[in-house]
Amino acid sequence: MNHLIVAPVVLPAIIAALTLLLRWRRWFGAAISLVGCAALLLIASALFARACSGAISVYALGQWPAPFGIVLVLDRLSALMLLLTSILAIIVLCHAVVTRLDRKGWHFHPLFQFLLVGLNGAFLTGDLFNLFVFFEVLLIASYGLMLHGQGARRLKAGVQYVVINLVGSTLFLIGIGVLYGVTGTLNMAHMAGRIAGLPAGDQGLAGAGGLLVATVFALKAALLPLHLWLPRTYADTSPAVAALFAIMTKVGAYALIRVTTLVFGADAGGLAWLPARWMLPASLATLSAGFVGLLSARGLREQAAFGLIGSTGTLLVAVSLFEPRAMAAALYYLPHTTLAGALLFLVADLVARRRPDYGDAITIGPRFANIEGISALYMLAAIALAGMPPLSGFIGKLLILEAATAHPAAGWIWATILGTTLIAIVGLARAGSTLFWKSSTCAEAVRPTPAGVEIKELLPSIALVILMATLVVGAGPVTAFCDGVSAQLFAPRTYIEAVLGTSVAR
Amino acid sequence: MSLEFLVASTIGVLVAAGIYLCLRGRTFPVVLGLAMLSYAINLFLFAMGRLVVDRPPIYEKGLSEHADPLPQALVLTAIVISFGMTALVVVLSLRTYLETGTDQVDGLADQEPDEGEA
Repeated sequence: MNHLIVAPVVLPAIIAALTLLLRWRRWFGAAISLVGCAALLLIASALFARACSGAISVYALGQWPAPFGIVLVLDRLSALMLLLTSILAIIVLCHAVVTRLDRKGWHFHPLFQFLLVGLNGAFLTGDLFNLFVFFEVLLIASYGLMLHGQGARRLKAGVQYVVINLVGSTLFLIGIGVLYGVTGTLNMAHMAGRIAGLPAGDQGLAGAGGLLVATVFALKAALLPLHLWLPRTYADTSPAVAALFAIMTKVGAYALIRVTTLVFGADAGGLAWLPARWMLPASLATLSAGFVGLLSARGLREQAAFGLIGSTGTLLVAVSLFEPRAMAAALYYLPHTTLAGALLFLVADLVARRRPDYGDAITIGPRFANIEGISALYMLAAIALAGMPPLSGFIGKLLILEAATAHPAAGWIWATILGTTLIAIVGLARAGSTLFWKSSTCAEAVRPTPAGVEIKELLPSIALVILMATLVVGAGPVTAFCDGVSAQLFAPRTYIEAVLGTSVAR
Repeated sequence: MSLEFLVASTIGVLVAAGIYLCLRGRTFPVVLGLAMLSYAINLFLFAMGRLVVDRPPIYEKGLSEHADPLPQALVLTAIVISFGMTALVVVLSLRTYLETGTDQVDGLADQEPDEGEA
């Protein structure tokens, strides 16, 4: 058995403990945390390379065989999510260290690493209850990170964030309980087999359980009408933390994809593609609400939060078709939307740090340091988020539109995606011209640059832009890989056989 | 009165009370509501292994019927997590009250400070 699969969960946990023990030496904690993230990136790359071949690796914790013990499963989708998480983590961590966000409280690095434990675990686990546990791990860490730096506004938003997620966890447990009561198993591969052979009388109950679980995932993915917690939380936390949280809505999307394709897939009879009917209208509404909110936002962070809702909506529109080509398009769009959302948050931080009087409010103010570089970064972030060429959002949206042509609701999908893109362009252009263009002709005297603000802070954001450019340049191999992921998702038998062995697959 | 009816109605009442309290405007009832909900869930998970009496947990000679041991493990995990979460939300709401001077969940100031329960 190869132990590398469990490393993305174990390594950040060890690093978290180390940074907690050595926290009185600030630079030491930061160094350990950075080294840990770099190691995580290497591990994720190695796992990605292994999963690329299409092999599904299974790691049975404690050597307990599959339906009895908990398994970690590495397939192409998990590998993609792990790689994306580790890339985003190292960039956000660099930004936090350079801007000294990690010095505003004692526990930034341990919380950051525990969040990675939860994220990586959620992407790897093959067990529904274990998924709940890893969700809790990442949520507990996110509560702490969200409140990092404190302040009354952040605390208020924090209480709401914690309460809504606790209610979500409760619903998740009810859903798991119902599914366990009906199928008698928690292993997702095993559950897939049991659902497929379910007597007609139990299907309603299993469907209710499945929809409850899907509701919780929709809450995490901020799908309308469960999105109301996100703008306030993300706009009131520190932007670098919000940039990392860009991956958290994708955890919801990942869980929706995983559970639906595996457990409620084509084999599930009357329960096939259970959440799809609700997901498509909800994600179209999310998409509209997100980009309309972006147009009305008063601050850059609020704008980025609404942009994140909108782009996650776009992603879920493609997912909710549950069709191989649309799924491949969604999986191309997924890394892009995560990186673009994170970039907008980082740019908001860069702006806010240079305007102590105005913060990130979209108002005209005096010129600030590095305005040329930051305005260029903002323009690139806006292009990416709106989905215009030459960055990867354009290709992603194009693939989604192309995949949706054959769908009965194609008219709705095309109209919403294209209409919201226009709204996004207007909103982002308005904010950009106010902040950078009009500010550069502002008559007010230029304020002195706040202490500790340096030009090297731009580097992590530039790295994000380079990554998105790589997604464009490497669009051929990336889309080929996404086709592979999609093919694997729509052939769940290989996954089930890898977990349970060929003999007990049914 | 059957055991099933008793357990089911207990869970129902707990959930109803929990939801009602969660929808209140102040943090203290909300915390209580979350606690109620988590008790209800613990009972519910327990019942998902079916309600049986006088059965061995895993294996005993000569008996073919067993109590399901898995929900008990799940409930244990859920208890630990919900206990930790309740502690966290209590500390958090107390801190918010001290910093903002109001215990309204939406963070808005009270209309009149001595109005009592609105």
